[in-house]
Amino acid sequence: MQAEARQFQRDATTVSADLRHRGLIRKALAGYEVKRDEFKGRFRSWQGARQAAAEIKYEAVNHLDRYLVEFADKLAARGTKVFWAPDASSARDYIAGVIKARRAKTVVKSKAMTAEEIHLNEALERAGLEVVESDLGEYIVQLRKEAPYHIVFPAMHLTRGEISELFRRELGTEPTDSPEELTMIARRVLRRKYIEADIGISGANFAVAETGMISITENEGNARLTTSLPKVHIALLGIEKIVPKLSDLALFLPMLATAGAGQPMTGYNTLLGGPRQPGEADGPEEFHVVLLDNHRTRLLADPEQRDALHCIRCGACLNVCPIFRNVGGHTYGTTYQGPIGSVITPHLRGLQDWKHLSSASSLCGACTEACPVKIDLHHHLLQNRRNAVREKPVWWEKIAFRAFAFWATRPGLWRWTGPLGRIGQLVHPMIKGSALDPARAWTASRELPEVAPVSFKEYWKGRGR
Amino acid sequence: MNGRDTILGRIREALRLAAPAPGSHGHEAHGAVGVPGGDAFREWLPAVGPGPDDWVARFAACSEGLRTRFEECASDADALARLAAIANEEGWERVASHRSEPARSLASGLELPVLWTDDGYSPDAMEGCDAGISCCDALVAQTGGVVLTSRSGGGRALSILPPHHVVVARRAQLVPDLPAAFALLQQRYGAGYPSMMTFITGPSRTGDIERILVLGAHGPKRLTVLLLP
Repeated sequence: MQAEARQFQRDATTVSADLRHRGLIRKALAGYEVKRDEFKGRFRSWQGARQAAAEIKYEAVNHLDRYLVEFADKLAARGTKVFWAPDASSARDYIAGVIKARRAKTVVKSKAMTAEEIHLNEALERAGLEVVESDLGEYIVQLRKEAPYHIVFPAMHLTRGEISELFRRELGTEPTDSPEELTMIARRVLRRKYIEADIGISGANFAVAETGMISITENEGNARLTTSLPKVHIALLGIEKIVPKLSDLALFLPMLATAGAGQPMTGYNTLLGGPRQPGEADGPEEFHVVLLDNHRTRLLADPEQRDALHCIRCGACLNVCPIFRNVGGHTYGTTYQGPIGSVITPHLRGLQDWKHLSSASSLCGACTEACPVKIDLHHHLLQNRRNAVREKPVWWEKIAFRAFAFWATRPGLWRWTGPLGRIGQLVHPMIKGSALDPARAWTASRELPEVAPVSFKEYWKGRGR
Repeated sequence: MNGRDTILGRIREALRLAAPAPGSHGHEAHGAVGVPGGDAFREWLPAVGPGPDDWVARFAACSEGLRTRFEECASDADALARLAAIANEEGWERVASHRSEPARSLASGLELPVLWTDDGYSPDAMEGCDAGISCCDALVAQTGGVVLTSRSGGGRALSILPPHHVVVARRAQLVPDLPAAFALLQQRYGAGYPSMMTFITGPSRTGDIERILVLGAHGPKRLTVLLLP
């Protein structure tokens, strides 16, 4: 077994038995569920909106070359520097180069999952820079030197007590159990950073091809400050963020808010199309947009799963997933957690190392139903299982399935299944749970189903008597 | 080969095989809608009443949910009186604004020192202001949102840095919904967009600690919308 799979199994076992953790996640998501359903219900047709959103992203992703060129050319025409990064290291090098050219010392960042994906903070810190995360949740996990727990709610696994203790230790503040006071501590610390930082780095939620703009969705205002005050703004985004038209956002912005956070609209939705223009009061002198591939084109090359690139990173599939809710975000060991992470990570980072995530699913389909852009998530998990076996068959599974097929396709043998099962059932209690038990992985926490006293065939034969 | 050619080459290679039609799976399948746009979204988005009075009522209801302070003013003089009352209530000593009407008249009417952003300003000075008073492009009834740009809103920082953001809007600036707001932006700026356009929906907020709502995470703790006739 791969190291990644062993780590997943170990952490899943520990975390799913942690009742405090499960209670915390359940409580954190309870309010979200009520609000999400309330605001979904206000749409004239949520199903119609999903279909429209799926078709718009289909159009964008299936003509990605055309729309990306339009996007990049429009941006460049108004003084933005666009950099195309085929992989993580070229993106990191470019960003480090821009910072070095400005002789900058401090960087303020707003939330960007793509930056987590390419480990940007670590690279910049190694180069001697101070990088401060400004989103409250991201700031908390940065102080804890942890990865975000959830793509939308990075610190949802922590209690106010833990955060208060963290602030006391790292910032020397007085303990408090008020979320408001904790938020104000972060506000005070980070306010100065926006004004002092030389560089602001952000992600983007959408890239509008028609007008050459990025769109950032946030509630706190930290992204707006990050992109307003520093002299240089660098935005890092995946190439799949494209939507063709500006007016498409009239649909996507409320859908992202509703599916992702149970809000009718997120606090700030900001479109940025260039550095400070002539006649404007403020804004950065330089604006750089870094377009990241980093194996997204590998996913694009799989037509069956291409719709996974429609993802708008709302996190709705994580919130409804029974696996995510029990094993928690850190167990995945990936940048993108939950069902969408389990689908795309094998494409981004290697199928054989990450195929175990495809089995971390009950195949209940809750993710597919929750997805605002109709990604066929649970079928993609099945396809990843199939692809993994096709690419590299497991020898003992092959033998086991051959033996089963041999047995099951011969009626003469098959009719012994019931009687043998009934004998096995009598013997099983003697070895149950021991090293000899072939069903040990199952019986550790569950009972085996009972074998019926008569088979259907036997019953049918004897029914008249 | 440069990055652009590398990525475009990979994309063109990848797209040689066609993908199945979008959204064609699952038991909640919905018939294809044919890549819609703009006004067609109204068919699915939350409904908004037909006339301006419905829009004002809807904007007021959304504001309450968002904790935006929404004041319908009888006249420009009434607006100034209400603004002065807020300034008094909160003990403002200094405000920031820009020289566009009606924000300019209201800000100067307060008889407090005003930081005008039009000719450039220092962020430190703006941080010391108690409120930012700005114009906007539109108010969106559907969401209770304010649309403003780096041109109409006195720059990028005026509406986000001071702890209280006051938006001054005319009744005629109220639009019913998001498709109308985007149509307005396109019509007004299509020939040359400002570098920043933003949809502000309520004061700054976070739920990052135990998903409990806290206002004023990084941006303004309070948002006031004054609706002038």
